[in-house]
Formats: sequence, C-alpha cells, structure tokens
Amino acid sequence: MNARRMRASLRGWGGVGAMAVVCALAAVFALLLPRTQPGGADGPTGGRGAAQGDQARAEACEKPEERSLAPSSGDLDGAAVQKIRKRGKLVVGVDQNSLGWGYRDPNSASNGSGSKDSASNGSDLKGFDIDLARAIAKDILGDETQIIFRAVPTDQRIPKIQEGKVDMVVRTMTIDCDRLKLVSFSSPYFQTGQQVLAPKGSGITGYDDGSLAGKRVCSAKGSTALEHLEADKADGTLPASTNIRTTVPNQLDCLVRLQLGEVDAVVTDGALAASQAAQDPTVQVVGEPFTDEFYGVAMKKDGADDLIRRVNQILEDYRKNGWQTSYDDHLKKYLGASSGPPEVAYK
Amino acid sequence: MTYQQQGGAAPPGPPVPTMPAAPAVPPQAPPPEPRSRPAAPDPGPPRRTAWAEGVDRLRAAATTEPGRLRVIGAVLALLVVVFGAVTAWQMAERQTAADDVLNRSQPLSSDAAEIYRALADANTAASSGFLAGGQETADSRRTYEAGMKLASDKLVTAAANSEPGSASEKTISDLNRLLPQYTGLVERARANNRQGFPLGGAYLRYANSKMQIMLADAESLYEVEKGRLRSDYADAKPYPWIAIGLGVVAVGGLGWAQRRNYRRTNRVLNHGLVAATAGVTVVMLWLVVGHSVARAGLNESDAHAVRSLNTLNDARIASLKARGNENLTLVSRGAETKEVGKGENKKSVDTFDYDYKAQMALLTTELRAAEKLADDPAGAAPVQDATKNMLVWKERHEVARAADEAGDYQGALDKVIGSEAQEPTRVCFDNVDAALAKAITREKAEFRQAAGDGLSAMNGLVEGAAVLAALAAAGALLGIGRRLSEYR
Repeated sequence: MNARRMRASLRGWGGVGAMAVVCALAAVFALLLPRTQPGGADGPTGGRGAAQGDQARAEACEKPEERSLAPSSGDLDGAAVQKIRKRGKLVVGVDQNSLGWGYRDPNSASNGSGSKDSASNGSDLKGFDIDLARAIAKDILGDETQIIFRAVPTDQRIPKIQEGKVDMVVRTMTIDCDRLKLVSFSSPYFQTGQQVLAPKGSGITGYDDGSLAGKRVCSAKGSTALEHLEADKADGTLPASTNIRTTVPNQLDCLVRLQLGEVDAVVTDGALAASQAAQDPTVQVVGEPFTDEFYGVAMKKDGADDLIRRVNQILEDYRKNGWQTSYDDHLKKYLGASSGPPEVAYK
Repeated sequence: MTYQQQGGAAPPGPPVPTMPAAPAVPPQAPPPEPRSRPAAPDPGPPRRTAWAEGVDRLRAAATTEPGRLRVIGAVLALLVVVFGAVTAWQMAERQTAADDVLNRSQPLSSDAAEIYRALADANTAASSGFLAGGQETADSRRTYEAGMKLASDKLVTAAANSEPGSASEKTISDLNRLLPQYTGLVERARANNRQGFPLGGAYLRYANSKMQIMLADAESLYEVEKGRLRSDYADAKPYPWIAIGLGVVAVGGLGWAQRRNYRRTNRVLNHGLVAATAGVTVVMLWLVVGHSVARAGLNESDAHAVRSLNTLNDARIASLKARGNENLTLVSRGAETKEVGKGENKKSVDTFDYDYKAQMALLTTELRAAEKLADDPAGAAPVQDATKNMLVWKERHEVARAADEAGDYQGALDKVIGSEAQEPTRVCFDNVDAALAKAITREKAEFRQAAGDGLSAMNGLVEGAAVLAALAAAGALLGIGRRLSEYR
C-alpha cells in the first residue's frame, strides 16, 4: 500500500523533474550555441579564416607582389647600376642548399679520373634562381660569369641587403608586406604557396585539418613559413599542442631533423617542399597550399630604384625568353609542368 | 720501590672479598678508579691515576743512572724509528707522484691532446671531402678514418684511467655517446652527396655543429689532464722537510747521548750509538741527494719537455682549427657572419675567415714560443720547418681569399684543396702538421728520459730508509743496552 503510493507520488514528481531538466538543458543550449558556433567554424575552416586574415593584411598594403616599379617609370641606368658596372661584378645572395633552385651538385662534371683533380669539380651552383641571377648579370655587365655568389641563410637575407653585402638576393624569397618595409622587391617571378611535408603514413594529411595536433613542426628561421606558423598558432588555426619550436638556418636542415626523427613535419614553400621530397622518397607533400605567395628579387630599399626598374625590365624579357627553359631544366621534374610565369602588375 | 706495589697488588689481595666490596660501598666511592686498581689493601695510594703512577715511576727511575739510560735508549730508538717511517712515507708519496707524472698523468694529458687532435682532424677531413665533391678523395677518407679510430682508441684508455664520478669521466662518456652520432651524420652526408643531393651538405653542417660540442668537451678534458699533471708535479717536487727535520733531531739526539756517555765514562766510542748515527746520516744523505737528483730530473722534464709538449700540442690544435675554418669558409660561402669591433669600427665579417685568422695568429705565437723552448738545434729544426710552411700557407690563403672575393670560387677551391701543381694550402697544412708531429715525438722521448731519470733517483729509497732506520734503532738500543749491562 505504502509503497505503491510512494511510487505514484514519485512518478508525479518525476514528470515535473524531467520537465525541469529539459527546460534547463534548453536554456543552456540556447546560451551556449552562439558561442560554440564561431569556435566550431574556426576548426575545420581555419584556412579560410587565415586567408581572410591574409586578405586583410594584403589590403593594408594592397597586394605586395604588385608594388614594384614599372620599368618605364624612370631611369634604368642610374647610380646603383653604375656602381655594379664599376665593380665589374654582380654580388648576388643565393641559396646553395635547395635542389632545383640554387645548389651545388657534388657530382657534377665528375669524371672519375683521379682523386687529386676531383677538387676542381662541381663548384658551380645550379638552379632556377641561379639562372635568373646569371641573366641579370649578363644584362648589366654583358657577361653572365661576372658574378659572385654569396650563400645566405634564410634569416640573413634582409640584413645582407641592408648592409650592402650583396647587390640583390635571388633566393626563393617571398614578397610580403613586412619585408617590403625593409627591402624592395622586383616584380614576381614565381608563384607558390606554403605546404606541409611529412613522412608517408605518418597520419599528417594537411596544414589546417587538425592532423598536426601534438606534432613537432620544423621551419626555417626568418621564413614566411615560420611567420604563418606563429600567427596561426596564436589565433588557434593550429592546435595548441603543435610544437613549432624547432627552427633551423635553412629549410633543408628541416629535412635532416625529419629524417633523424627530431621533428614530425616540415612547413615550407610548396616549391621547396617538392625539392625536399625529391631527395627522400619516404616523405611527401601533403594537403593543398594554404597561402598564395610570389617570389621576387630583393634589393636595397633606398637609392636602388634604377636597379629595381632594370631588374623588372630584365624580368619582362626573361619571362618570354628563358623562364620556361630554366623551369624545364631545374623544376619540372619536381613540380610537374608549369602554366608559365605569374601575371605582372606594377604599382 | 715500584716492586712494592706491583708485588702487593695481585697475589695478596684476596679477590673474593674485594669483588663484592666494590658494589657494597657505593656511597663513598665517587672516584672513578676504584675498579681499575683492585689493590684494595693499600688504602692511601689507590686513589691516584695510572698516569700519575707512571709519571711517578718515571721520575723515580730518572733519578738513577740505569733508569735514565733506559729512558734515553727508548727515546733515541723511537726518534730513529719515527725518522725512518716519516722518510719512507714522504718519499713513497713523492715516488708515487713522480711515477704518476711519468706513467699516468703525462700520458693521459698527451692522450687527451690526441683525442682533441684526432677529432678536429676527422672533422677537417670530412669538410675537405665535402668540398672535393660527392666522391671524397682517398686521402680525406683515410684521414677521417684514422682520426676516428685514434679518437675512439684513446677514449678507451682515457675511460679506463678516469676516476669514477669525476668530471673527466662524465666528459669521456659524453664523448663516447656523441662519437657514433657524429659518424652516423657524416655517413648520411656521404650517402646523400653521392646521390648529388644538397641534403648531404645539410647533414655535414649538422655533423659539424655536433663536432663543435665534442671539441669543447675534448678541450676541457685536455685542460683537466693538464691540471692533473701540474698537481702531480707539485706533489713530487717539494723537499721532504719533515723527514729532514726529524733526521737532524735524531742525529742531534744520538750525538748528545754519545757526548753524555763520554762525559760520564770517558769512553769515546759506543759502537751501537755510532752505528746508529752512521745509519741515520746515510739515510739523511740518501734522502737529500736522491730527492735533489729526482727533483732536477723532474724539473728538467717539466721545464723543457712538458712545457714544449703543451706548446706544440696547442700549436697543432691551432693549425687544425685554422685548417677546418679555412675549409668551412668555402663550404659556407659567406653564409655566416659575425660582428666584430665596437662603435665606428664595428663591421661584420665572415665567421670562419675571422676564426681562421685568430687561429693562425695563435699558431704563430705558439710556434714562436715552441722555438724559444726548444733546447737544442735538433729540437728547434721541426719547429722552424713548421713556421716556414705556415708562412707559405698564409700567403697562399691570401691568394685563395682574393680569388673568392673576385668571384672565382673554383680558383679559391683549387688554391685550398687542389692538386700539388696548383700550390694549394692543403700541402702547407700537411707539412705543418707533419713537422709538429715530429717535434712532439721528440719532446715526448725527452720527457720520458728526464722524468724516468728523476724517478729512478728515488729507487730503493723507501725500502732503504726503512731498513737502515730499523738497523739504526737497533744500534741505539744495543749501544744503550751495553752501558746498562754495566749496572747489573
């Protein structure tokens, strides 16, 4: 008797309780939904978010790659060009570690004739950037061999230009707004985008799909890759557990760290990532490029306007005649066929 | 007089009553010595301490001539025995230290220098191999392998000789851990080089940065071993003043006893005492002369051989570092710069070229010092040879730098690692290294000679001193005993 009454009363209270719980849950959902939505949208579509950020930044300095001086806008043979002529040598900062771009093939011209003479082999740098540098030397000095190559680590590119240690840097250097405050760029000569390089079967599938969570990512000091990593980690595009502390002087040093198991993935320009993958068949470029970037020739910011125009003039010709040959020679095997040089617009 | 107490103590004292008596009278037994002296029958003196008893007995003994003689004999014998023991102890210490100098710390500091040199040599060879191209030359390969073998061999010896828990032991185990890592990186660099990949260069740079850590370790090991050699020298060289002082006291005591003897008996010679004096004097002379000779030998080995050896080792390491930097200047192509000077003089220079110049300056001063330290023309000859080659090296280096500055990289490369006909700096470096190796071998032999002579001057001193002192002590006792027997 008693027990039945109790059950009945409980059932009654249970109904009320259930209703209360439902109400409370509804209230909680109503409160939380507007908060979770932007967060949830940020995860999977972070690329878009970053792209928007980029656009905002780009709008601030209006497309960095279209900020160079048109060749027709003034003198092509002023003090800066004369200085190089007077010296008789063009000093160019290049990379000697990027397959296809600027590198020294240790086995080039190796004739195997004897040990003593092998020292005289393979000192020439080769690559897409090197070809361009030679084309510039040929135009300014009339001789493509009158050139001094200086190897420049990634984070030394801007200081070397500012100190006047090199006339220009032709070294897979992305034109971006921050750098434009410090140096001047030519018009763009190559288009690429940041990509992730990871061992096959590592489970890493791209930059902003969350697969980098808990992974150690390597980048070069002073590279656009590192700038993106830092910015994206700060705004949550990258998982907080991604470790981006490993930075090296040159993007290729990242492949060394990757092979030694000191890092799990590398972020660098797609064009360079492909040349890394070409040196190790067990790693691959994963995911789509998550930025649009253009390489330019960097020169001094002040007092080199004539040289910038001159280089832009050289590039006008080079795009028509020389660019494709050089691409086919050095990059086609790593990057596939090309649709040609990027479109050019001046300031 | 003493017999009284001793005689009365044991036999007549009935032990049965005394034993219970002690606990039976606890109230008036505060003095601590009632149990030590169960001689209860004597009620007065038992309250005195054993020490006081002994002093009394001695004082009493000293009032009679036989008693005095006994005391003198005991003191003399003790003095001689202590003198012998201290001499043996102090000389054993110096002998061990000298032996350590010859057979332990000097070879170990040499080994540490060798480890350092071998590592730097291998690293230089690896960078030369890289400059030469994918197919490293047989020479650079051989140098690299020899360097690695030597370094790991010497590390085994060094590990066996380092004290457990010491800083050296840790440094050595660090080196043992890094060595295979380094060789692994170099092999990877080679494999990639052979395929024509710039990745090889990246591996080599990484290997080089590992090697810089190892070289710093090896340098600290070298410094520690040099310090140990210094302290072994410092332990071996000082005069054994305590032994000498005791010897003087012993001879003085023996002399005094004989004079006393002569005064009392008018006998000039007491054979025992004379023998004892002679024994002590011989030990003293042996001690002073032997140690002086040993000291001279050690000083000679220190002042000439070891100082020369250190200077030559430093010079050799400086030349290796200079060579490594010269190679790296070309490997890095101006990639690394550093700021030097202050204010208006501040400028950025190529790191490796700057280091090359610093090491060459060091090499110059070390070679000058080594030539000054060389004690004969035969010792100076290899040093002069090295200096001559170093000057040519500097000249050729300038040509190579000029070529590089002018954009002729190949020309610079030829001038640094090219074939004989191209007059490269490689030949100069090899000559400097060979000349220094020759000088080091010479100085090592000189060291072994001088330090070995020093050590052998102390041969038998410990045992001799012990035996002679024992004999002298026996002599003193016999001598006094002879006088004593006249009273029986």
